[in-house]
Amino acid sequence: MQLVLERRAERSNFATIASPLAAIALTLVTTAVLFAILGKNPFVGLEVYFLDPLTDPYSLGEILVKATPLVMIAVGLSFCYIANIWNIGAEGQFLIGAVAGSWLAVRTNGTDAGPWVLPAMLVLGTLGGALYGLIPAICKVRFGASEILTSLMLVYVANFGMDYLVRGPWRDPHGLNFPTTADFDPVATVPVLIDGTRVHAGVLIALLVVILASVVLGRTLMGFEMRLVGAAPKAARFSGFSTDRLVLVTFAVSGALAGLAGIIEVAGPVGHLQPDISPGYGFTAIIVAFLGRLNPIGILIAGLFLALTFIGGENAEIMIKVPLDLTKVIQGILLFYVLACDSMIVYRARLLHTAQKAAHADA
Amino acid sequence: MHDVRSASREPLLQAVGIVKRYGDFLANDDIDLDVFPGEIHALLGENGAGKSTLVKIMYGLIQPSAGELRWLGRTVVLDGPSEARSLGIGMVFQHFSLFENLTVAENVALGLSAAESFTSISKRLQETAEAYGLPLEPRREVWRLSVGERQRIEIVRALMQNPKLLILDEPTAVLTPQEADQLFVVLNRLKEEGRAILYISHKLEEVKRLCDTATILRGGKKIATCDPRRETAASLARMMVGGQVGEVRVSSRAFSQPRIVVRNLSLSPADDHGTRLDDISFEVRGGEIFGIAGVAGNGQDELFAALSGERASLTSPTIVIDGKPAGRLGVNARRRMGAAFVAEERLGHCTAPRMKLSENALLTGHAASGMVSRGFVVKRAMLAIVDRATESFDVRKARRDPEAMSLSGGNLQKFVVGREILRDPGVLVVAQPTWGVDAGAAATIRQALVDLAAHGTAVLVISQDLDELFEIADRIAVMFRGRLSAPLGAAGVTREKLGLLMGGAGAEPEKPEASRAVGA
Repeated sequence: MQLVLERRAERSNFATIASPLAAIALTLVTTAVLFAILGKNPFVGLEVYFLDPLTDPYSLGEILVKATPLVMIAVGLSFCYIANIWNIGAEGQFLIGAVAGSWLAVRTNGTDAGPWVLPAMLVLGTLGGALYGLIPAICKVRFGASEILTSLMLVYVANFGMDYLVRGPWRDPHGLNFPTTADFDPVATVPVLIDGTRVHAGVLIALLVVILASVVLGRTLMGFEMRLVGAAPKAARFSGFSTDRLVLVTFAVSGALAGLAGIIEVAGPVGHLQPDISPGYGFTAIIVAFLGRLNPIGILIAGLFLALTFIGGENAEIMIKVPLDLTKVIQGILLFYVLACDSMIVYRARLLHTAQKAAHADA
Repeated sequence: MHDVRSASREPLLQAVGIVKRYGDFLANDDIDLDVFPGEIHALLGENGAGKSTLVKIMYGLIQPSAGELRWLGRTVVLDGPSEARSLGIGMVFQHFSLFENLTVAENVALGLSAAESFTSISKRLQETAEAYGLPLEPRREVWRLSVGERQRIEIVRALMQNPKLLILDEPTAVLTPQEADQLFVVLNRLKEEGRAILYISHKLEEVKRLCDTATILRGGKKIATCDPRRETAASLARMMVGGQVGEVRVSSRAFSQPRIVVRNLSLSPADDHGTRLDDISFEVRGGEIFGIAGVAGNGQDELFAALSGERASLTSPTIVIDGKPAGRLGVNARRRMGAAFVAEERLGHCTAPRMKLSENALLTGHAASGMVSRGFVVKRAMLAIVDRATESFDVRKARRDPEAMSLSGGNLQKFVVGREILRDPGVLVVAQPTWGVDAGAAATIRQALVDLAAHGTAVLVISQDLDELFEIADRIAVMFRGRLSAPLGAAGVTREKLGLLMGGAGAEPEKPEASRAVGA
C-alpha cells in the first residue's frame, strides 16, 4: 500500500472549504493530545480553551476586541500574498501606525482640542503604516532586495523606536517612571460600543474593511491584477500590469491597514502608548490570512477563531494551570495543518495497492 | 492492421500490450510495437496521441501500468534511463538538456560515466563527430551554438555510448530543411550499420522519405503498422487524425494601406542569452498575411515582445500602428490602437493556467473591450466573449467557464486566437498559431486568420512551420540571428530558398535589396 498525490484537473471547490475545517479539526485533536501529555484531562482542556470563552458575554466581547486587529492586518496581508508578494513585517507597520497616531494624542494631551483629534489620529496611523510598509517595497523595486527579509527586520526597528519614545520623550511625567505615555484624552479615544465590555467602534471599521476588500478582490480590475500577478507573472505582463507598481500598492495597502489597526488598538482597548501593545498580532495575522484562504470573509472567521485561542489560552492558564505559551504552540500547529491541508485543493490523495505502485513510481 | 515485415527476423525491442494510466486517463492503451535492427521505424501521431509516453517507457523514464518490454526476446524491466542505456538504448529529446554556460565537451562528459577522463572524452567526441559528419567544436560554449548544433551534441552524446537503438523525439522540429537533410544522411548511415532508429514525428513527407516502417498512434491506441512509402500523405493523415482534414479556403484579397510599419528596429536583449534585434524593417498592409519564418531562437521571441509592447523602451517612430507612432507605448496602449497579440506560449503567457476562461478573456480585453466599468469588472461582458469564442471557433470544454488548463491544447489555442479575433483588431500579431495543436484545430485557426485578413486586418504570423506559412501567407520573410531578410512573395518562393535563408546563407548580400523591397 502506498499513498500518492495526484494533481487534480481543476481546483476542487469542496476541498477549498473543507481544507481549513479539516485543519481546525486536526488541530483540536493534536491539542487534546498535548493536554494529555501535560497531564490534564483533554476534554476539560478543550472545553476551557475553545468553549468556555463562548459562553460568557465579557469573553465574547474580548474575542471581538482581539479579532479586530487580526482581521484588519490579515486582510491587508492577503492582498500581498495573493500577488505572491511577501510582507512579513505587519507587526512593525502596526507599531509605527500606533506611534504615528499617538503623536497627535500626546501633542494634544490636556489641551481643549475638539473631536477632530481621533479621526486625525486614525489618518496619521494609516499613513504611518503605509509609509513604513513602502520602505521594503521601494527596496525591492529599486534594488531587488528580498522583501521577506527587509520587512521582517523593520519590525525590530519599529519595536525599538517605539520603546525609545515611550521611555524617553513621550513618557508620562506623572507615570511613576513606567514606560508609557499619559492616558489619552476622551477626544483621542475610540468609543466603546457596548457598556460593560471593551467592544469598541474599531470592530465596525474591521467589518467595513472586510466588505471593501471583498468588493476589491472579487469585482474590480485591481483585484484581478493582484490575482493575475500572483498566479502567472508572465501573463500579467502580457496583460499590461506592472509587478513593480503592484509591489508598491500592496505594501502600502497592507501597511496602511496594519497601521490603522495599530492606532485603533492604542486609542481603544489600551488607551495609551506602551511597549507591549501587541501580543504578536502582526505575525498571528499571517496565520489568519492563510487559514482564511486569503479571502476576506474567510479571514473574518479565521480571525475570530485565532482570537478565541488567545482568550482560551488566558482562561486555561487560570483554570487548569497550563502555560500561556501553549497558545503559540496551538497557533503554530494550526498553521502547519492549514498549509498541509491546502495541498488537497490542488492534489488528491489515493491509496495504491502494490500492483499499481510501479505504475506510479515515476509519474 | 497489417505487418509488412517478415516474421523470421528477431525484433530488437518489443513492446507488448503497453498500458499507461494517469488517473482516469489512458495515455497508452494496449500498444504493441516491434523495432527490428537496421530499420528506421516511425512513430506517427498527433500531439497527445501517446508517442512521448510510449518512448519514455521504452527509455525507462516511466513505468508502464501494464504490459512488458522485451529486449532481444528477453523480458526486461527498465528502472531508469541508465538501465536502458546499458542495454544499448539511446535517446535524443525534443527539449535538449544542455548547460548553456558549459562547453560542448563538458556537456557530453556530464552525461557519460565518471570513470573516463575528460581528455579521453574530448578525443572520442571529436572522433565520433567526424566519423558521422556532425561537425562540433568541443571547446565552444553551448550558448554560442545554433539549435541544430545543439542537437548534434545530443546525437553525438548518444552515439558515443554505441547504442543499438536510438530514439529521436521530433528531431526536425527545430531544423531548417537543409539541416534536416543532413540529419537524414546520418540516420541512414546508422541504419546501414545495423542500428535501429525509432523516429517520432508528425511530418508525413519526411516519414515517407526516411522510414521503413511506421506505427501510427491515435488517442493512446495503436491504429496500424505499415510501410509509409506505400501510403500517401493523405492516407497517413487519415490514420493519424481519424477523418478528413479540411483544407483552408484562401480567398483573393485586396491589400490596403500599411497598418503596421516597423522601421530600423534594433533592440538589445533583456538577458545574456537573448538575441539582439538588428535593424528590422517591414510593413504589413490591411488584408495581408505576412509570415516570418525562421528556426527558433533567432530573435522571434524578442521581436514579438517588441511588437506587443511587453518590451517598450524604443524610440517612438520604430513601430507605427495605423499611422500613429507606438514604439514607446505599452501593450495596453497598443491594444487601444486596435492591435491584438497572441503569444507563443498558450499556458502561462497567453493565459493564466489556473484562472477561468472568463478571467482569461479579461486578461487581454480589459484595456479596450468594455469589460471594465469605472474599475469594476463586468462579468457579463467577460462571459459573453467566452460564449462567442466557444461558438465561433468550436472551443470544446466540459463546462461554460472552466479553468484554462483544463482545456486541451487545440481548444485552448482556438480560444486565445478567438479571443483576439473577436476584438476585431486592425493588426494581429500571432506567434506559432498552431504549434502542437491537432490538425482539426489547426485548420480552424488558419481559416480564422485568412478570414480576418479578408476583413481588412493586417496579420503578422511568426511561425517555424513552413507548411503553415505557405498555406496562408502572402509574403514571407526569414529571421536569422536577429535580422530579417527581404520579404518574398509566398507564391514565387521555394522551400529551398527559404531553407537557405533560415540557415543564414545569402542574408548579407541581400541587405540593400531588403530596404528597397520594404519600401515598395
